[in-house]
Amino acid sequence: MDSQQIIEALRGSVPDGAVEVAPAADGMPAIYIAREHAVAVCTALRDLPSLQFAFAPDITAVDYMPREPRFEVMVHLASLGVGGYGDTPKRLRIKFKVPGTHPHMPTLSGVWKAMNWGEREVYDLFGIHFDGHPDLRRILMPDDWEGHPARKDYPVQIKMTPKVYEPLQLTPEQFAANMQRNLDRARED
Amino acid sequence: MSEIEIPILTTTVTKMVQWARRSSIWPVTFGLACCAIEMMAMSTSRYDIARFGAEVFRGSPRQSDLMIVAGRLSRKMAPVLRRIYDQMPEPKYVISMGACASVGGVFDNYALVQGVDQIVPVDVFVPGCPPRPESLIYGIVQLQRKIDQQRITEYSSESSRTPKPLIING
Repeated sequence: MDSQQIIEALRGSVPDGAVEVAPAADGMPAIYIAREHAVAVCTALRDLPSLQFAFAPDITAVDYMPREPRFEVMVHLASLGVGGYGDTPKRLRIKFKVPGTHPHMPTLSGVWKAMNWGEREVYDLFGIHFDGHPDLRRILMPDDWEGHPARKDYPVQIKMTPKVYEPLQLTPEQFAANMQRNLDRARED
Repeated sequence: MSEIEIPILTTTVTKMVQWARRSSIWPVTFGLACCAIEMMAMSTSRYDIARFGAEVFRGSPRQSDLMIVAGRLSRKMAPVLRRIYDQMPEPKYVISMGACASVGGVFDNYALVQGVDQIVPVDVFVPGCPPRPESLIYGIVQLQRKIDQQRITEYSSESSRTPKPLIING
């Protein structure tokens, strides 16, 4: 199934103009999806009996600075072709164009649960916000990190002293209370 | 009745303590990256760090004397490394193993600490990428020689550490 056939299969299930063919150097089927229709199109890709892309193994983004729209979020999909998921194995790459100023797009974690951490990674490294994401925190960098390292305008080297925190110190009273609590718990068991 | 030989060895307290300290340097199990593979190889029978009394890798920093920083240290991991170091009882020693732990190695970027001596006081730097187990054993032997020159009261913490760390040739 090539890109055009997938778009034909989607016709009628998604709004007009929501999808278009994307060029792909490796011959893998690839389509652009307008980001405002992301959830509708992805749900159709997952649920249409002729497609059944139930497995989303990968999500990442590319920074095309200084081009505008600057970012492209891309998701790889697989239709397994076994176990009731479609008739033949298929692969598909879907792409979303995201502008450089206030980059955001709807979350896909409601469609594929695996997108939850993947979108956190894209948010962490590229600063693309996913609207409606249940838990949009940094996942790789420390929580108090500034900036988004995989962006093209992020410096490779940063001269700064590494952060360490004060060692946890207990007062003698707190220590005694901890020991007493452990003793009590052991007695209850 | 024949003369009885009394088995007595005379020495000084300092020498006794130094001997005890250097003969059982127990490292904490703390592998950060690929250097940890060489560190594990060092403890196997082929290289056999047990010959120097340092084979007991402890799972708890409370029972350890030596921290081998084996691998690159990310800025996110730095507070964890410092906490484990703080949990170790005195006297405690640190070996910085490999290029990444010592100076950042090939990873000259924002995410990694460029040298763990910014985090913990290092006693011996072992160069290599990764160092061979023999190099690390040599580093431990150098640490033993360093301990032999220490006074009893001289701990390896920041306040009283020997100012100049040893740099050995791989």
